[in-house]
Amino acid sequence: MDLVSKDQNKYSIKRKKNEYEVVIGLEVHAQVLSESKLFSTSSTKFGAEPNTQVSLVDAAFPGMLPVINEFCIKQAVKTGIGLNAKINKKSIFDRKNYFYADLPQGYQISQYKNPIVGEGTVILDLPDGEKSIGIERLHLEQDAGKSIHDIDPQNTFVDLNRSGVALMEIVSKPDLRSLEEVNLYIKKLRSIMKYLGTCDGNMQEGSLRADVNVSVRKKGDQDLGTRCEIKNVNSIKFMQMAIDYEANRQVDILEEGGKIDQETRLFDTKKNETRSMRSKEDAHDYRYFPDPDLLPLEFTDEFINELKKNIPELPDEKKKRFIEKFKLSPYEANILVSDIDTSKYFEAVIKNSDIKLSTNWITGELFALLNEKNLEISKSPISAQNLSKLINLIKNGTISGKIAKSVFEIMAVGDSDPKKIIEEKGLKQQSDPKELEKIVDKVINENQDKVKEFKSGKDKLFGFFVGQVMKISEGKANPQLVNDILKKKLK
Amino acid sequence: MTNITDLTLVELVNKIKKKDVSSKEITTAYVTRSEKSKKLNAYITDNFENALKKANDFDNNPNYEKKLPGIPIAVKDLFCTKDVKTTAGSKILNNFIPSYESTVTENLWKEGSILLGKLNCDEFAMGSSNETSFFGNVQSPIGKNLVPGGSSGGSASALAAKLTPATIGTDTGGSIRQPASFTGTVGLKPTYGACSRYGIVAFASSLDQAGPMTRNVKDCALLLDVMCSYDIKDSTSVNFKRKNYFKELNNSIKGKKIGIPKEYRVDGMSKEIEDLWQKGINIIKDSGAEVVDISLPNTKYALPAYYIVAPAEASSNLARYDGVKYGFRSEGNNLIEMYENTRSQGFGDEVKRRIMIGTYVLSSGYYDAYYLKAQKVRKLIKNDFDEVYKKVDAILTPSTPSSAFAIGEKSKDPVSMYLNDIFTVPINLAGLPAISIPGGYDKKGYPLGLQIIGKTFDEQNIINIAYSMETQINFKNKIKDWWI
Amino acid sequence: MTIDLKTVKHISKLSRISLDDEKAKKLEVDLNSIFAFIEKLNELDTKNVQPLTSIAETTLQLRKDEIKSSNIREQVLKNSPKKNKDFFVVPKVVE
Repeated sequence: MDLVSKDQNKYSIKRKKNEYEVVIGLEVHAQVLSESKLFSTSSTKFGAEPNTQVSLVDAAFPGMLPVINEFCIKQAVKTGIGLNAKINKKSIFDRKNYFYADLPQGYQISQYKNPIVGEGTVILDLPDGEKSIGIERLHLEQDAGKSIHDIDPQNTFVDLNRSGVALMEIVSKPDLRSLEEVNLYIKKLRSIMKYLGTCDGNMQEGSLRADVNVSVRKKGDQDLGTRCEIKNVNSIKFMQMAIDYEANRQVDILEEGGKIDQETRLFDTKKNETRSMRSKEDAHDYRYFPDPDLLPLEFTDEFINELKKNIPELPDEKKKRFIEKFKLSPYEANILVSDIDTSKYFEAVIKNSDIKLSTNWITGELFALLNEKNLEISKSPISAQNLSKLINLIKNGTISGKIAKSVFEIMAVGDSDPKKIIEEKGLKQQSDPKELEKIVDKVINENQDKVKEFKSGKDKLFGFFVGQVMKISEGKANPQLVNDILKKKLK
Repeated sequence: MTNITDLTLVELVNKIKKKDVSSKEITTAYVTRSEKSKKLNAYITDNFENALKKANDFDNNPNYEKKLPGIPIAVKDLFCTKDVKTTAGSKILNNFIPSYESTVTENLWKEGSILLGKLNCDEFAMGSSNETSFFGNVQSPIGKNLVPGGSSGGSASALAAKLTPATIGTDTGGSIRQPASFTGTVGLKPTYGACSRYGIVAFASSLDQAGPMTRNVKDCALLLDVMCSYDIKDSTSVNFKRKNYFKELNNSIKGKKIGIPKEYRVDGMSKEIEDLWQKGINIIKDSGAEVVDISLPNTKYALPAYYIVAPAEASSNLARYDGVKYGFRSEGNNLIEMYENTRSQGFGDEVKRRIMIGTYVLSSGYYDAYYLKAQKVRKLIKNDFDEVYKKVDAILTPSTPSSAFAIGEKSKDPVSMYLNDIFTVPINLAGLPAISIPGGYDKKGYPLGLQIIGKTFDEQNIINIAYSMETQINFKNKIKDWWI
Repeated sequence: MTIDLKTVKHISKLSRISLDDEKAKKLEVDLNSIFAFIEKLNELDTKNVQPLTSIAETTLQLRKDEIKSSNIREQVLKNSPKKNKDFFVVPKVVE
């Protein structure tokens, strides 16, 4: 399958002379979900007072030594399994040497030549089918602290709370070709890690950041152009803005016959532009070497298999199952599996309810509600149990879909039992044929002219009669029965 | 009664246990002698007042079950000691007061010992003469203007001059054994992973080991017992069954096979060293051990490999001294300037030299040619030892290629200084244990040491061999207190 | 191989140790004599030798994921040459 050519048309930059393709690779830094740091026993909790989660190891006091957190290793291996990647039974921690205020050791412990996880793949669902994005590697490393530049005009303040927190750096191959692919890729990665419980994916808290590699090449060229790396972009929107700016900048240079310099750039979110980080240039010689304070990390097949056993069903498998077992469309399945909490909610609802109706209600009303209130599904004001009850009430004819919407709105305020709401408000559907017949008769009597028109062939008027019946019954009439009775009476 | 300071560590322990002497008396004796010995410049920081208080506390509430009950001990200033200034011999740490204790010193205090003070050493343990210390040269009690060796020079000087009953040092390329050899004392570098590195200011992580420095082999066994422990805070600490080296001490070496490596007969080796070595060989033979000629073909590559690996690790280990978290800082107009000012003023010349070597060998394009190559050579050196240990139980060599030299004699030429460690460095590269014991004197009357190298975690064996040889050699200290 | 003054200056930059010209020249001499000595390793063919990865005869010990260190901010900041109540303080960094 030629992935590159498949969606070549999607994102390209056309100029007078040439049309350019944009080639994107991402280095995603995902914070490992763990209680304590990668090589020290301080807390990783977000939002603490500055420098209150800093141990002597994190602040690199003389003679302090790293001791690795087993759970972080397992988290990385699990993530590797989730990315269908090769798990390396032997990996090595290296020191990446550079000086920076928030890097207390003067080096970052990372993995260079021998990462814990090797090549893997992530599948993206594009409108015209699936696309596979290659994963180059995943490695474990320490996060740095935080430099705060805006408290004091003369000085920079350093907070080491983050120093030493475990990160997984997930490096993609340069397989991404459009801003939408970047969006889907990040979302998919986040989804997989949330399923696995290895990263909370919270971009506001910096749990997920990315370095973005961008290059451009003339459409049809096989060789990759010179790339620039945009450091530390912390939202999908900014990634897209940065890529768009950077790709256009590179194209401008090429159009004028210039050459791209390989460099590290920074995305200025205020000015919406990337600019060169020359300060980083001379520090580029990182002098990697194996950390002599640590030994190679080695594990057995048994260790990996044990972790494999406990890997939950991941989005791709779940999607397949939803399509096959529940007869969902790929589109519906995608929406329902993309987030683990959504899929859990869905499965809880359909345990006792009609699948088709449940799917519609979740992807329709519920999503609209959550969207409006800006809530995660885990914080949904309507529980899966109550939504399931509501759906059953529709299904068994107790209420109409229309009434159900009103009930849903009441539920959204206080997650009450739909049955109670219906009883209290008297919203139960009128399904007594005799009662309905009376209403139908009334409507027919009062609209003789329309009846004539209908009988002379204006079929569309049928809806009018239904509407009138519903109006009189305050929407409670069972629409199916009304239909049947009307059809009979209007013959 | 003999002077308290003339007693060995084991004698002191026995006396205190028998209540012949109090901790206060011992501590007072060492404090008094140390105070009279300022000329040696062995101490960087004294802890005398505190030590006397602790000695008092011990006497008021003695616990004779401990291995070092109420015994004052001064330690190399590379061990972090809680609330006591720790400098590593460097200006860059000259005001650093740790809030924590190294595992090795903690082990000493747990066994009843009392910190007497922090001893001078080469800056960050980089040196073979104690001349690189920011706190000045250390005089050897052996003779005026003579170096005590290094980097544990203050430790060796204080020990030989009887300013402390025993001491501890660290050994990255010979920093315990060479000064022990220069001062007529006993020094042991344990197997890599035997003593915890936690809380020891790091020089070269894959080579550094703490070890005992004592007046005789028996003391050495006792102190090693106390120092040595498995430590979960050091990932390179090895969880093997540690012996009770003191209890299992014996002097029978009958039937043991001792290897004599021909490669240690280096070009231009002095007659004196050769004679000393032969003396050692004869003693071993006389004691009923078998002497076996062996070959360690890659020995000559050890020193060059060491001068890649050690500086490389050091260049990275010393990156943390940047004026931000602790220690000396020299301001600058921006962050980089602050770093550069702090580090160029805070480090001495030898440390800078090694940081530069290390930075260079790790820098882009040179890694394979230097660091990787050196790690391969290290493997070959290790293989050499593994091979001969199929045939012998231990190896005997001289500890150093010469006796102590004058202060200033070699400090101008780094390479000639580095050559001092030619016999000790291969052992660090291979991670093996080795002990240096006094073997005799040269023409000038300066002590010379013999080195016994053991198999991994076979400290007991080399201690026993040393113990046996010690009796035969019957080395007598000729120190005349010239500085008092 | 020889190390020239430019290289010395480059390493001094990388290692954040400033050198005046005189010191740089002295270091150039020292480094060249040290590297002349190190070059001895070139005699040795190590093509098929696996490099040593660790000298410690053990496997990497793994730690449980437990928080054991508490807030020791005061202790951590105590030795800092420039700090305030909450932070380490360094000259302004402009990115």
